[in-house]
Amino acid sequence: MKKEYTLSVYTENQVGLLNKIAIIFSRRKINLESLNSSPSEIDKIYRFTIVIIETEAVVNNIVRQLEKIVDVFKVFSNTNEEIVWQQMALYKVPTSIIMKEVKVERLLREYGAKAVVIREDYTVFEATGQDEEINKLLTELGKYGLIEFVRSSRIAIIKSSEGVHKKVLDMEKNDPTKKPINNEFLNHKSMIFQM
Amino acid sequence: MANSETVTAPKTVNLEPKKLTTTGSLAVIDALLSESVDTIFGYPGGAIMPIYDALYDFNDKLNHILVRHEQGAIHAAQGYARVSGKTGVVFATSGPGATNLVTGLADAQIDSTPLVCITGQVFAHLLGTDAFQETDIINITMPITKWNYQITDASEIPEILAKAFYIAKSGRPGPVLIDITKNAQLQLFEYIGYRPCIHIRSYRPEPIVRKEYIEKAAALINNAKRPFVIFGQGVLLGNAENEFKNFIEKAGLPAAWTIMGMSAMPTDHPLGVGMLGMHGNYGPNVLTNECDVLIAVGMRFDDRVTGRLDKYAKQAQIIHLDIDPAEIDKNVQTTVPVWGNCKETLPLLTELLDTKTHPEWMNEFEIRKEKETTTLIHKELNPTDGELTMGEVMQVLNELTEGDAVIVTDVGQHQMVACRYTKQNISRSNITSGGLGTMGFALPAAIGAKFGAPERHVIAIMGDGGAQMNIQELGTIMQFKSNVKILILNNSFLGMVRQWQELFHEKRYSFTDIQSPNFVKVANAYGIDGKQISKREELKASLKEMLDHPNSFLLEVAVLHEDNVFPMVPQGKGVAEIVLSKEEI
Repeated sequence: MKKEYTLSVYTENQVGLLNKIAIIFSRRKINLESLNSSPSEIDKIYRFTIVIIETEAVVNNIVRQLEKIVDVFKVFSNTNEEIVWQQMALYKVPTSIIMKEVKVERLLREYGAKAVVIREDYTVFEATGQDEEINKLLTELGKYGLIEFVRSSRIAIIKSSEGVHKKVLDMEKNDPTKKPINNEFLNHKSMIFQM
Repeated sequence: MANSETVTAPKTVNLEPKKLTTTGSLAVIDALLSESVDTIFGYPGGAIMPIYDALYDFNDKLNHILVRHEQGAIHAAQGYARVSGKTGVVFATSGPGATNLVTGLADAQIDSTPLVCITGQVFAHLLGTDAFQETDIINITMPITKWNYQITDASEIPEILAKAFYIAKSGRPGPVLIDITKNAQLQLFEYIGYRPCIHIRSYRPEPIVRKEYIEKAAALINNAKRPFVIFGQGVLLGNAENEFKNFIEKAGLPAAWTIMGMSAMPTDHPLGVGMLGMHGNYGPNVLTNECDVLIAVGMRFDDRVTGRLDKYAKQAQIIHLDIDPAEIDKNVQTTVPVWGNCKETLPLLTELLDTKTHPEWMNEFEIRKEKETTTLIHKELNPTDGELTMGEVMQVLNELTEGDAVIVTDVGQHQMVACRYTKQNISRSNITSGGLGTMGFALPAAIGAKFGAPERHVIAIMGDGGAQMNIQELGTIMQFKSNVKILILNNSFLGMVRQWQELFHEKRYSFTDIQSPNFVKVANAYGIDGKQISKREELKASLKEMLDHPNSFLLEVAVLHEDNVFPMVPQGKGVAEIVLSKEEI
C-alpha cells in the first residue's frame, strides 16, 4: 500500500550529485512529489529532503541504493507521522479584494498569513504550514480571486532523531573499527538496514 | 607513497626538492604506476593525445594494448580483471571513443568488475558548446558506473585518480570513469606526489559485521534438515574460495553455483551439486523449493536464477551473506542478513557450525542428477550419429584441458552449454557476461584474460553471431601475438533467440538465420591459423591441434543447426517448474 514517505539525504556538496540521486527515482518511474536541497548545519554537508508516494518495500530498496552512492552519507526515510514538516507558500491577490471583503482579511488572519508586499493593485501574502493547510487557504482565496500562487518544497525534521547531528559528525572521522561487534540495534528492527 | 623519481621529468621542467612541476598527463602516468598497473587497454584520439604522449616514455613499465574498437578495450580490461583480480584500466578519447565504452561499463557495473576508465575530453572552455568530439560522457555514464568524475584542473588529478582506484576495487567492485579535459592534461602544476586513497568519509565499502546475525545464521544451519548453499561471484570477488570450501565441508552442505560464481570451487567437488539458473541443472532448481534453510553467499538472486519470485523458496528460511546491503532484501525476503565480506563472515560462521553430513539430502540431488543425465545429458554429450552437438564439443574439450583452462564464453546457447558442461578446477576460470549478456564479449575478453593469466590456456568459445560482433579484435591478437584459442560453434543461427522462437513463437524464425563468412579465411587474413571441421572423427584431433598450437588458433566447428538447450525454466514459471524437454512446455 502506497504512502507518503519523506527521505532525508545527507550528502557531500558535489556537482552532478542531484542528477545521480534523481536517476535512482526516475529509473523506477517514481515521481518526486517534493525536492529540497540546502546546506545542513555542518559545513560542506548538504541535506536533501525528498517526498515520494510508494510502498514500504520499495522505499527500503531506494534508501539502500541511495546510500550506495559514493557522495551520500546517510538516508533516513520516514512516514508523515514520524516527522515535523512545513512548507511555505506565496499568494498574490488583488488588493481591492482585501479592501472590499472583510472575509478575506479574516481568512488571512486565521491562517497566519503575513503580508510580504503591499501594492496598489496586488498584495503578496506568505503562509507556512502543512500541505492541507496551504491547500485549504488556496481554495478559499481562489473563490475571491487569486492572481498567482507558488508553493515551496517540503522541509522536515525527524521526530525521533536523537543524535542525527552526532552521527553525521562521526562520519567525518576515520573508519570505525572493523571488528565484529554485538548488535547495538537489538531492539530497533526499523534501524537495522541503515549503516 | 609515490616517489617523484618514478616520473621522468621532461627537459623543460624544474626539479625542486619534494615538489615537482609536471603536467597533468605525467601525473596520470605516475598514478597508474603507483597503483601497480601494468596493463592498459586503449585507443588513442585527439582529446587524449597528451596522455598518450606521456605514456610513450613508459613502454617498459606500462604495457599498452592497442585494440581495434574501444568496446574491445573495455571488454579486454574486464577479462583481465576477472581472471587476475586486479583493476582493469582503459584509455579512450572523447566523443565516440567514450560512448563506445558504454556497453562495457554497463556490463562491468552489473557484474561488479573493478575497472578504471580514463577518457579524454575537449578543453574545459569548450564544454557545453557541441565542440568536435564532445559528448557529456559523465551524464551518459552516470547510471552505469559506480562513480564518475570530470577533471578540469590538473591539480585534482592525483587525488581523484586515487579515489577512483579505491572506489573501483573496494567493497562491491565496479567501473569508475574519469573524464579529463585536454587542458588539464597539458597543464603544468605543482605535484607533491601520489597518495593512495584509503578512506572516503561518505563511503562505507564494507558494512560492519554484526555478530548476532552470524550466531542466528549458525543456529539455523545447525538445526536444518535440508540446508542448501547457493553461491555466486561474491566468493571470487572476496578471494574467499578456501573459506567457502571449509564452510561447506564442515557442515556437509550441498552447494550450487550461478554462472558468475562458477569455478569458485572445482566443478567436481563432492559437495558440488551443479549450476543454478534458467538453464541450470535439474536438481538445484527443483530442490531450491524443498530445502528448509537456503544459504546464499555472494549472489544477488538475479531473475535468471529465481524464476518467478512468488514461487521461489517460499518454504525456506533464507540466510543471505553479501557485502552490499542494498542486495539484501532487494528481491528475496531474508530471515537472517549477514552483511560483510564473505572472506570475513564465512570463517566466523564456520566456527559456530557443527560438523555434520546430510547423506539423505545429498542423495536427493543424486537422484535428480541421475534423471537429468539419463533424460538428456547423456544424449547431448555422447551423440552416436548426426551432426556434432555443442555438448559433445565441451566433453572432448574437458578431456584435453583436464579442467585447467580459462573458459571465456560469449552469449547464447553455447554459453549455457559451456557453463553446464565444462570442467573447471581452478578459481577464476569462467569468464562470461552474466548480468548484461553482451554478445561479442568473448573475443576481446579472452585477449584481456590472456594478459591477466599468461601461463594458463585461454579458450574463447563463441557462436557464429557473437564471433562477428567484435571480430575486429582479431587484429589485436595479430599485433600482440596473443595466444588466445578461438572456438566458434557455428549453427548458422542466433541460437538462443531461435530456440525461444521455436518454443514460444511457433517456429517463426524472424531474422535469426545469420550468415557468416569463412571464419578460417578471416583468421588467416589476420595471420592467425585456423581450421574448420564438421565431422565427429575430426573433433578430438582438431581441438588438440588448437590447444597445442604455439600461437593463436581459430577452430570453427559446425554444429547441429536446431539444437535446444535443456533443461529450462520457462519465463514466468517458478524454479520447480523446470522442464527437461520440449514436450514438457
